[in-house]
Amino acid sequence: MSRTAPGFAQPAAHRIRGPAALALCIALLPLAFANNYYYEVAVLVGLNAITCVGLNLLVGYAGQISLGHAGFFGLGAYGSAILTARYGWPPLGALVAVTPGVAALAYLIGRPILRLKGHYLAMATLGMGVIISIVIATEDRWTGGPDGMSVPPLSVFGFTLQGERAWYWVVGGCLLLAVWLALNLIESPVGRALRALHGSEVGAEVAGIDSARAKLMVFVVSAVYASAAGSLAAHYSGFITPSKVTFFHSIELVTMVVFGGMASVFGAVAGAAVLTMLPQFLTLFKEYETVVFGAVMMGTMIFMPRGLVPSLATLFADRGPSKVPP
Amino acid sequence: MRFRLLATAAAQLAACAGIFTACGGALAQEPIRVGAFLSVTGGAAFLGDPEQKTLELYAERVNAAGGVLGRKLQLTVYDSAGDAEKARTFAKRLIEQDKVDVLVGGSTTGETMAVVPLAEQAGVPFVSLAGAVVIIEPVKKWVFKTPHTDRMACEKIFVDMQARKLSKVALISGAGGFDKSMRGECLKVAPKYRIEVLADETYGAADTDMTAQLTKIKGTAGVQAVLNAGFGQGPAIVTRNYKQIGLALPLYQSHGVASKEFIKLAGDAAEGVRLPAAALLVADVLPDSDAQKKVVVDYKRAYEGRYKSEVSTFGGHAYDGLMLALEAVKKAGGTDKAKVRDALEGIKGYVGTGGVVNMSAQDHMGLDLTAFRMLEVRKGDWTLVK
Repeated sequence: MSRTAPGFAQPAAHRIRGPAALALCIALLPLAFANNYYYEVAVLVGLNAITCVGLNLLVGYAGQISLGHAGFFGLGAYGSAILTARYGWPPLGALVAVTPGVAALAYLIGRPILRLKGHYLAMATLGMGVIISIVIATEDRWTGGPDGMSVPPLSVFGFTLQGERAWYWVVGGCLLLAVWLALNLIESPVGRALRALHGSEVGAEVAGIDSARAKLMVFVVSAVYASAAGSLAAHYSGFITPSKVTFFHSIELVTMVVFGGMASVFGAVAGAAVLTMLPQFLTLFKEYETVVFGAVMMGTMIFMPRGLVPSLATLFADRGPSKVPP
Repeated sequence: MRFRLLATAAAQLAACAGIFTACGGALAQEPIRVGAFLSVTGGAAFLGDPEQKTLELYAERVNAAGGVLGRKLQLTVYDSAGDAEKARTFAKRLIEQDKVDVLVGGSTTGETMAVVPLAEQAGVPFVSLAGAVVIIEPVKKWVFKTPHTDRMACEKIFVDMQARKLSKVALISGAGGFDKSMRGECLKVAPKYRIEVLADETYGAADTDMTAQLTKIKGTAGVQAVLNAGFGQGPAIVTRNYKQIGLALPLYQSHGVASKEFIKLAGDAAEGVRLPAAALLVADVLPDSDAQKKVVVDYKRAYEGRYKSEVSTFGGHAYDGLMLALEAVKKAGGTDKAKVRDALEGIKGYVGTGGVVNMSAQDHMGLDLTAFRMLEVRKGDWTLVK
């Protein structure tokens, strides 16, 4: 049961239990935080997790690939940054304006390139990401070029959101919302259509699924996740550079999804958490940091080929009656 | 004898009491914590690597000599890999977790600017090792920097051009942050030196041939000299292409290529190229009367003796950063952050590898044009332009 497409026709209780556990985690974690540095790392984990939950819908559930998601993250970040810093928009207004803008762009780009499959799709998304990154690095009148630009803090109705602690709760809330929406999406007819076309695109079409439309939709949704996370990240850090828009960051995001476990919403969260925190722990190893990082990645992929969460879940499922979480 | 011992003890107690309101023995032993975040790996590793080596070398040396104010130095270095977000996270870790007294670091301008709000908010003295002028302009209360700015490089070059009666210039620059920033500054200060920029060409970060841009410059009527604002490989390729297409005009490079690596890469084509650089690069040929002679020769010997690789000005910036911070701690008589900041701002006449530093409330870098030497490549080595 657990090995066939996970999450199929699961009871609605699962949709509550998962987010409830996550909410409890978010609520209790600060008890273990000694200082603001812990909050800082937690906020970064949250922002990456939001992006990854969205990316996982595309990569894990629909079986498509995107090597350009940092581009959407960057568009969200720079969109918010430019509208607020250069044109004096209210941050919330900028966020509300930028997100649909990125969605529209993803729709326009997605329409032609999602016809491609496999390596060709990878190439196309890679190209898209690289173009966005070059534009951001060169249009220095607006973006400040490679040295980056300052971003005003997030303020809502005169209340300014500052400090890691306040941000922790906001990002935590956003992550919960992101997870809840994703869980609902994959259990909707659209979600089932996505998983069907992951299994066999021909089979899905025979069964009456408009595969092109379903793929495009999930591509746009994942772009919106990345863009929103980007906007939040820009306001949180107060300064952005193109390093978050590069090809390497795209790869990092895909790695988080694969590491945590494809087709698992909580896998994406776990992957983001582990890979964001790992470099902080690895400072212990000084110059061997990158080597240890590589070894951890390889070890996980060799011994847990399906990723952290699904592999561990199967391990526990074999011992007990509990089911794989979606 | 006993009297002298007593007197020293009394003096020490008095000094101690002066520094700490409550003079606890344990408190006096607290190390001076210096936190650094550097691009040790990644695209800017050529900056971060010598910086890290320098900081580690001098932390050891200072401790071997008994530390500062009798307190040991504790150095924490994190690798921010050229990523502004990582730099910010590590800076937060240094401030919140490691509770450092001074921040030194930020190999690139992006990393530095991402950390500026943190240092300002937490009130931690921060000595940056990055180049751009935006770091200290407008002046930020807690932020200082050691490297020369790109604007100074432009000015130094333009002064030299004026001396050679060259006033019509073609500019060629890369797409990196350093290149763009310097291009902007050069265009800004050119009118001040009555320099006319006739051509303004750019090339991509990964380009391997700049013949097209240089041919265009060659075809521009009236150009008397060419200035290349660039960093890394680009300028070496520009220099080679320059020779290949037979351009005979004087070529100026920036301080961004001030390492032997440039001469190696450009080969014979580097002959006659001029560039502004710190005294460190020409340590051996500086006259003994030069104020910086001793400092740069000592640093060069120490670094090259330990790591068997050539010094670069970037490591020198880290040396200056650390020494300025320690000088300020010494002057402040402790690690009270506000006092250290004030002491940093008050530093006058400090002789470093980058030049003679005279800080003030309006200038948090404290260097003037004399900090740069105009060099010319002759027979594959740097020579001072008189």
